[in-house]
Amino acid sequence: MTKRRHKFSKVLFVSMLLTLTVALGGCAGDKEDGDSSRIAIGIPQDLSSLDPNIAEGSGTQEILFNIYEGLYKPDSDGNLIPAVASGYTMSDGGATYTFTLRDGIQFHNGNPVTVADVKYSIEKCAGLNGGDPLISAFSNIESVETPDDRSIVIRLKEPSTVFLAICATIEAAIVPADVADLETNPIGTGPYKFVSRSLQENVVLESFDDYWGEKAHIKNVTLKVIADSDAIVMNLEGGAVDMMARVSTAQAAALSDKFELLEGTMNLVQGMYLNNAVEPFDNELVRQALCYAVDKQEILDFVSEGKGTPVGSSMFPAFGKYYMEELNDVYATDVEKAKALLTEAGYPNGFSFTVKVPSNYQQHVDTAQVLAEQYKKIGVTANIELIEWESWLSDVYQNRDFEATVVGVDASTLTAGAMLSRFRSDAHNNFINYSNAEYDAEYEKALAAEAVGDDEAATVHYKECETILTLTAANVYIQDMCELVAINKKYAGYEFYPLYIQDLAKLYIVE
Amino acid sequence: MKKWKAYPVNFRIGAVITGIMLLLIVIGFFYTPYNPTAMDNSAKLAAPGLRHIMGCDNFGRDIFSRVLKGMGNTFLIALATVVIGVVCGTVVGAFTGYYGGWLDEVLMRVNDVVFAFPSILLALVFVSIFGTGKYNVVLALGIAFIPSFARIVRGEFIKYRDMDYVKSARLAGVSNLRIIFVHILPNTLTVMLSSVMIGFNNAVLAEAGMSYLGIGVQPPDASLGSMLSEAQTYLFSAPNYAVFPGLMIILMVLGFSLLADGIKER
Repeated sequence: MTKRRHKFSKVLFVSMLLTLTVALGGCAGDKEDGDSSRIAIGIPQDLSSLDPNIAEGSGTQEILFNIYEGLYKPDSDGNLIPAVASGYTMSDGGATYTFTLRDGIQFHNGNPVTVADVKYSIEKCAGLNGGDPLISAFSNIESVETPDDRSIVIRLKEPSTVFLAICATIEAAIVPADVADLETNPIGTGPYKFVSRSLQENVVLESFDDYWGEKAHIKNVTLKVIADSDAIVMNLEGGAVDMMARVSTAQAAALSDKFELLEGTMNLVQGMYLNNAVEPFDNELVRQALCYAVDKQEILDFVSEGKGTPVGSSMFPAFGKYYMEELNDVYATDVEKAKALLTEAGYPNGFSFTVKVPSNYQQHVDTAQVLAEQYKKIGVTANIELIEWESWLSDVYQNRDFEATVVGVDASTLTAGAMLSRFRSDAHNNFINYSNAEYDAEYEKALAAEAVGDDEAATVHYKECETILTLTAANVYIQDMCELVAINKKYAGYEFYPLYIQDLAKLYIVE
Repeated sequence: MKKWKAYPVNFRIGAVITGIMLLLIVIGFFYTPYNPTAMDNSAKLAAPGLRHIMGCDNFGRDIFSRVLKGMGNTFLIALATVVIGVVCGTVVGAFTGYYGGWLDEVLMRVNDVVFAFPSILLALVFVSIFGTGKYNVVLALGIAFIPSFARIVRGEFIKYRDMDYVKSARLAGVSNLRIIFVHILPNTLTVMLSSVMIGFNNAVLAEAGMSYLGIGVQPPDASLGSMLSEAQTYLFSAPNYAVFPGLMIILMVLGFSLLADGIKER
């Protein structure tokens, strides 16, 4: 009796082991199988919108890059490659662009992309159907015509050589004309299609089987919102997410060797952006004093173990010909000089101001703390106020209700205008209220030179714009931050772009 | 005065812990070994040692100095919260308890509504409307603390308002206000004292929670809660960063709890 019971328990044990092995085997099989391949990626904030034409914030646009495409799109070297269009010709010295629609290209809902969709999208962005242009550079569009069902002719009011680059931004994405609400029903042409979304939690994407180009390698992508930056390490180690872009050096140091750390630059200009319209920042001397008081290298040492590239104007190194390294040293740290400037400006005893920092970006918060400490040396008190990203967008960026803020400003295209157009006094996105007639004139000259195709002269004028920004100390420019991407070693294929882009389609599974 | 030994054991232990904590807080107001916000690149995440007895944080700031300052901040916020709660709660409780009637009904229903909200949640709503910062947190937590005190005081007043000494005072023509504040209120002090202690504990924890969420004390200023929050990233690489502020919260709350217990037993 006892013996038999013993035997029974043995059988039970073995069968349990077997079930377990089978179950585990099932798991392993899942990962090798291409169709159920999956990756979970952490993002620091929820997407602000799913409509590419109105979506704001780089964190949103870099993800929408995978769902939508413009007529052209940037590749990882910063070149423009055909996307919804298969090619283009420029005529009338840059005043007319003729695009050819790509053969057989489809939307995610299975409908073919027609020239009518392209016309609709461009007109929507240019505000030709009433309303303000969604993309300010598109206000230059005179008309969009579709002479046949394969070509789109766009006529410009003024010739422009950078028009193609604007067409390659995510804001200029081609969307179906018959889908009214992209917010709830996002349909694009990108390598990934939208599956579902739960607000403040996640966005689920699936690879698009009828994509025109090289299809995405991983079938299912879940983007998880991890607003609490302290939770990132635990989420990665615990396996809740497999990849996270822009982890801090402190977080990177805490990660185990299950993860690979890729190092690039973030391609943005981190700085303390100053509201040039409020006291005391309407005084150029004060702004210059703030620049002199900052020790950029010390910030890098404290915040990112010395990693990062100091910058001196609104332009980062990936821009190549437009980038001016020499501007980095215009305000070499000089506390005495800063004090003297403050005295000259009428603030011999310093002043105090509030710097609003989005709390979900730990690097900006840390930078603000180091800045506050450095400003103590010149008698200036910086009171840090942490705010939610949504409040930052509405209060600081849209309503311009702030004194100073520490953030990074990036470029949606590799055209100089992407960084510099916002500082024209009447630019709609001039959130720092910068107003300088000389700058406006110089920018106009650059546009004029571009219009006649004189790229060299345009570059000279753009560089002059950068120099003006630096000399008038529009903002306290700090650095192009180092970007660390933590990715589970099960995955590979991550590519850095010179723009703010996360290309998920290139990722693949190693095993 | 009773002899020290005549007090209950938990009261004595509580008094010692609280005494040490208060001493540290007072010292922190006037003196810290280092400037609590001064950064030192060479001492980033330094381990506890002779120079920095609790080590340094990720900016090379002395954790002991920050703990001293942080305790002060946490203590002051908790104190202000409790003061708002006690003063407003006492007034509301005294009037509703003494007079009764429709005033009692209306105020107590409002009281119930506020009481129904968890205090942290109420404070979160408040902060999202009026902005972050320690003063808003004090105000928000203070309001959230009113109902519990109001109830206790009201109960006491209902108990005392029909007692003979109150009746004779009333017959002697003493004004109602004088009866409330001079005749009855002192009798409620024992009950009040222990609930103040408990309330203070809750306020310490609530402050730590709010600052942990990043809506209380703003950096680079320190509070025990915000230090814990900052330390979280370094939990594995520099555990001392989180351990010391955490320990101080525990000791502060423990001290006051024992003291409150002791007062009740006495």
